[in-house]
Amino acid sequence: MLPDNLREHSAAQAVETFDSAALTGGKYDRGELTLEIAPGQIVSVCRFLKYDEKFVRLSSVTGVDRFPAEPRFEVVYHLHSIEKNQRLRLKCRLRGEDPVIESVTPVWRAANWYEREVFDLFGINFLNHPNLRRIMMPEDWDGYPLRKDYPVTGIRV
Amino acid sequence: MSEVPGPLVATVEEPQPETGFRRMVLNMGPQHPSTHGVLRLKIELDGEVIMRCDPDIGYLHTGIEKECEAKTYQQAVTLTDRVDYLAPLSNNLCYCLAVEKLLGLEIPPQAQWMRVMLTEFTRLNSHLVWLATHAIDIGAMSVFLYCFREREEILKIFEMFSGQRMMTSYFRIGGLALEPPRGWYQRVKKFIDVFPTRVDEYENLLTNNPIWIGRTKGVGFIALEDMLDLGITGPMLRAAGLPLDARKTQPYSSYDKFDFEVPTRTENDVYARYQLRVEEMRQSARIIRQAMDGMPGGPWKADDPHVVLPDREKMKTQMEALIYHFKIVTEGFRVPEGEVFQVIESPRGELGYYIVSDGTTHPYRVHMRTPSFGNLQATPKLVEGSLIADVIASIGSMDFVLGDTDR
Repeated sequence: MLPDNLREHSAAQAVETFDSAALTGGKYDRGELTLEIAPGQIVSVCRFLKYDEKFVRLSSVTGVDRFPAEPRFEVVYHLHSIEKNQRLRLKCRLRGEDPVIESVTPVWRAANWYEREVFDLFGINFLNHPNLRRIMMPEDWDGYPLRKDYPVTGIRV
Repeated sequence: MSEVPGPLVATVEEPQPETGFRRMVLNMGPQHPSTHGVLRLKIELDGEVIMRCDPDIGYLHTGIEKECEAKTYQQAVTLTDRVDYLAPLSNNLCYCLAVEKLLGLEIPPQAQWMRVMLTEFTRLNSHLVWLATHAIDIGAMSVFLYCFREREEILKIFEMFSGQRMMTSYFRIGGLALEPPRGWYQRVKKFIDVFPTRVDEYENLLTNNPIWIGRTKGVGFIALEDMLDLGITGPMLRAAGLPLDARKTQPYSSYDKFDFEVPTRTENDVYARYQLRVEEMRQSARIIRQAMDGMPGGPWKADDPHVVLPDREKMKTQMEALIYHFKIVTEGFRVPEGEVFQVIESPRGELGYYIVSDGTTHPYRVHMRTPSFGNLQATPKLVEGSLIADVIASIGSMDFVLGDTDR
């Protein structure tokens, strides 16, 4: 459901019309629009936004760890429409045990490395990703450095 | 993007008996000088033609994003320098703008203009290093020396402002780190008066040079649709005819008050990217001249005692100032809850800082959307099907920095 204060934003309105069940929340803060999307619908919403709403660029994909809160992880997508000169943030919340979400690489090929980075540093799995390997850390690394329960200094014994 | 997943392993196979075809997988890097850092390309060859390319990054991963979470907001400024060590001030600026957006802080005009002037110097610095090393990769040795002559002058200007040549951290949340030094105007003027003729010198050496043209024209083509889809930004995109520049589309730090053009080319090859960056240097010089002549007076840091350190003199005479100084230095300042994604145009393309605040004195999450990371992703698309000798020219024209890629 679309919060009432977002009715004036065309992108929010469009997603609401496209699939109101996928839209679980959102906010407009400091001039930036954030839409919360149900994780299961992320690919269809992204495809709609790219082809119908002209968000041709995927600027970045990243994660936020809300440990110890649940749902623990947020996957954050920053979209950019050159034609409308607009930016949009999509957010999916995932639970802490076995976080998994569909990959958006079929929509934007740019997601390939961005999602690999999130997989590498947060341990979030992306289904149907063509090449889900570690990208920053060595292949045999243990643990996910950007998780909040991973220490900043020191080596675990 | 390669269709076949999985890493390539360096091999030289025996030729096949019927066709004589021999598959060869070579490592280029991570210590290859033309990779400007530690990029490793695994290349599968058929003769001299590249069949597949598999870039391997991460050699320079230093965990800056994680480290930021352990610092106060002001301390983290020094880490942003190290992200892209050829454009430290662009990273400072983007980070500071993002935090200032979270704080809702008003920055005085002099600080804004000074920021514009110095980030344009950063652009010059970065483009000069790019031109120097790109030319030396392709074989034009002398350009290197000319470019570094001017770069040295720029580094001296940075030193004059901040006391540091490279990792200046001169922009702080709320304004500048120090008052602009006495005599900066003459110093900048001396440089900017001669700089356009120096750009002519580089052009004399390269623009009509038949070897340079032979090595760069028609090399490194990549379709505009592929670029947008693969996340390429910056000069690469503008050399393909799309005038996308955050300084124009989403002006920050009063860029809207400056008169400059966003150059574009349509040839979309290595030569066009060279011409474009040369033109960008001229435009940057133009912005610097406007900034220096129209520099507003007044304060150079924001008027918010909770965030900005008090003047030294006030600390000695006012109890309040001393308390604020103590609080800011020992504890840091609190930033209201929220999240922002601030985008600026770095010399390499779209630089974005995504900062999440939970209301404490330390950033909860700092993510850098770096242009090199997005650009480098397109390497396979750029080089597959071309000759191995063109790889150097092609990847050179992307102007990536591995620190920026791996963070």
